[in-house]
Amino acid sequence: MPDLAFDVAHLLAGSLVLVSLMLLYQDRLPALINVFALHAILLAASVAWQALVQDAPVLFVTAAIALGFKGIIIPGALRRIIVRLGIHREIEPVVGIGPTMLAGMALVALSMVVMLRATPAASPFAREDLAFALSVLLLGLLMMVSRRNAVGQVIGFMSLENGLILAATGAKGMPLVVEISVAFSILIAFIVIGIFLFRIRERFDTVDLQALDRARGDQR
Amino acid sequence: MPVDFSLCLTAAFLLLSPVGAVISNRRAGSPILYTASLLFSAALAGNALAFLISGGEPSTDVLPLGIPWMGAHFREDALSAVFIVVINLGAAGASFYALGYGRHEQEPRRVIPFYPAFLAAMNLVVLADDAFSFLLSWEFMSLSSWALVMAHHRAPANVRAGFVYLVMASFGTLALLLAFGLLAGPDGNYAFDAIRGSGRAAAHSWLVLLLILLGAGSKAGIVPLHVWLPLAHPAAPSHVSALMSGVMTKVAIYGFIRIIFDLVGAPEWWQGMAVLVLGGITAVIGVLYALMEHDLKRLLAYHTIENIGIIFIGLGLALAFRSNGMPAAAALSLTAALFHVFNHSLFKSLLFFGSGAVLNSTGARDMEQLGGLIHRMPQTAVAFLVGCVAISALPPLNGFASEWMTFQAILLSPSLPQWGLKLSVPATGALLALSAALAAACFVKAFGVTFLGRPRTARAAAAIETDIFSRLTMFIWAGLCVLFGVLPALAIDAIGPAVLGLLGARLAPQLPISWYLLVPISENRSSYDGLLVFLFIALSALFTAIAVHWLGSRAIRRSAIWDCGFPDPSPLAQYTAGSFAQPIRRVFGTLVFHAHEQVVIPAPGDVAPARFHVTLQDPAWDGIYAPLASAVSFAAGRLNVLQFLTIRRYLTLVFVTLVALLVVLAIWT
Repeated sequence: MPDLAFDVAHLLAGSLVLVSLMLLYQDRLPALINVFALHAILLAASVAWQALVQDAPVLFVTAAIALGFKGIIIPGALRRIIVRLGIHREIEPVVGIGPTMLAGMALVALSMVVMLRATPAASPFAREDLAFALSVLLLGLLMMVSRRNAVGQVIGFMSLENGLILAATGAKGMPLVVEISVAFSILIAFIVIGIFLFRIRERFDTVDLQALDRARGDQR
Repeated sequence: MPVDFSLCLTAAFLLLSPVGAVISNRRAGSPILYTASLLFSAALAGNALAFLISGGEPSTDVLPLGIPWMGAHFREDALSAVFIVVINLGAAGASFYALGYGRHEQEPRRVIPFYPAFLAAMNLVVLADDAFSFLLSWEFMSLSSWALVMAHHRAPANVRAGFVYLVMASFGTLALLLAFGLLAGPDGNYAFDAIRGSGRAAAHSWLVLLLILLGAGSKAGIVPLHVWLPLAHPAAPSHVSALMSGVMTKVAIYGFIRIIFDLVGAPEWWQGMAVLVLGGITAVIGVLYALMEHDLKRLLAYHTIENIGIIFIGLGLALAFRSNGMPAAAALSLTAALFHVFNHSLFKSLLFFGSGAVLNSTGARDMEQLGGLIHRMPQTAVAFLVGCVAISALPPLNGFASEWMTFQAILLSPSLPQWGLKLSVPATGALLALSAALAAACFVKAFGVTFLGRPRTARAAAAIETDIFSRLTMFIWAGLCVLFGVLPALAIDAIGPAVLGLLGARLAPQLPISWYLLVPISENRSSYDGLLVFLFIALSALFTAIAVHWLGSRAIRRSAIWDCGFPDPSPLAQYTAGSFAQPIRRVFGTLVFHAHEQVVIPAPGDVAPARFHVTLQDPAWDGIYAPLASAVSFAAGRLNVLQFLTIRRYLTLVFVTLVALLVVLAIWT
């Protein structure tokens, strides 16, 4: 049984890294959002498995939050936003898929080296989990850096945050995990708005909503 | 336990601060607050003194404040107790003085709320027993004193003083923070007990010493870190100036002793040499600055720098002797340094009280506008004179006793094995002697120009004697200066336990040997009898006065007053502070300050007055701070671009930094 628990956790966390890499090369926004939803669902599965293995029912709440918020609500909202903004058919040029993927792999290798060396005393469970979580985090950052589109950056940030939750649930006995994950989700909502405001300011030199009206042609 | 008592009273100070903010606008606000401060500080000093005399065990306390898993550790041992006495004796004096002086304060709201907070912060620094509490209290002390420096914020000079002080204080705290980081190591155990036991300091001893000298030295006023001190100390109201100069610099000395002697331990001989030489340079440069200065309060602030130099000479000697396994000599040096800490706090407070009284009744700090005050403020003049004699290290006052002990320690230097020390200790002794002589010259100037002669301005002519509280404080403090000069054994025996705790040795208790004699090493080598000197000076002065009175004034002749070659009776023709300092400025000033004198004589037939200009350059500003400021400004100009990047560029910066740190971690381990 312990072997199975470890294997499944390993599998789920590993596929999270894989999906993170997949996120890197999606150049159409709808596809990007779909892959992100998959990312969130995998996270929910991983957290749920940890809840089962660690016998910590609070983690089920975290998993439900991850599934509901990030797997369903936010991707749905993002789809509506891009349809509204009329950018759902645009192809977002990703800066060189090859170099980005190579950089992503280098980051995964780096996080493995750092984490496995830094935590020789921890249980293998936590070690692998932390290493994967760091990879997801770094890949999310890489994605934020390599995208020009605000939606791409938001998704990068949220995949980064998925990495954080993975790290938090991998270690045993984190009593505040539920609260922290809820807090983070709210934070993300703020960041989403914040980045949109940033982008609007960059494009229109103002965060004044009248500028948005003008841009949409609603001016009376 | 003593520590709990001290903490309670410190908390009372902290509570007094908001009370002060509320009542500061009332008429009775300032007397109430200063009376409360006086009572609290007297209780604190009395408790610490009782602890020192009874020789109790150190007591500790942990409060659930600050870092959650650590708490705030406090401890009162003999060293803390010595400094608590120094702090609270000074605080009691300043509070009592302020009962009178504070009434003249124009904006009491800017002084009263911060005054008790400042006292509390200084007490907390000496009570702290872990690095977090120490740094927090240290920074609190800097900030509350900064607020007091900015009390008269409408003067542009005070704003500049406040700015320079804030920059230097933050820089000093940064240096201390880094030093504690090195001492605590990667495990981050910041309690002093853990640092003491770890022995980690030996690995980075030179770096730790450098950081502590930067951190504590910038607060104490070591040359060249002193630049803020002569700006900030005089800017505050005079009773706060007395506290900052007389007491806060001593808290910095405490920080140095606590870290270098207690936490680090086991010094190398060159560390002693570095501290010693730095102390000697500080003493001489400080007194030279003071000689060039004609503003009474700034002159006193520069003398603080000189005395800090003298204290650091004692500390450096103690380190040097300790590294060579000579505990008795180290104990003598450290006792001399601590005794001078105490003495300086006494006479520097006294002198600042006197300068405050002068400032209050004339409105002038510039000595060139004063003169003849001995006729208008006779009691202040007498008290100020006692302070001048004490700081000039003349027997039988207390300044002489502690400097004499420092010299006794210097005379033990031939027994040191290292040639570096054998040569540098006597050289430092020469610097110490030079600074003592120059200090005497400087205070002849300060007292003579301010109190003697004739008033140079109408304001000085209209001066009146200061209030009863101020006079009473000055006389008590003058009395203390005489008491500890005549009977130094009282103070030295109280300091003994602190020295014993740090070095494992102490001076032999002096009172059992003889109650009036000071015997640092052994009686057949050297001893100082303050009482005898005092009696001799008093009796001979008395006989001379009687003889002059009897013989000289027997035959009264009346004649025209000899005009000394100056038929013009203008007081401006008197000897000025500038003319007094001229010989010394010519000898030392050209070398140190690039002093340049220029005489402008108008052409024949021109009726314009002849003019005499002196230009001085401050080597510390021109050599260190001006280049530093321009470098910072250049870097800031270059980095300004970073303010206007796109969000993606910022993210890239964060990302690259993170990856770079991880790569370093991957390569390092």
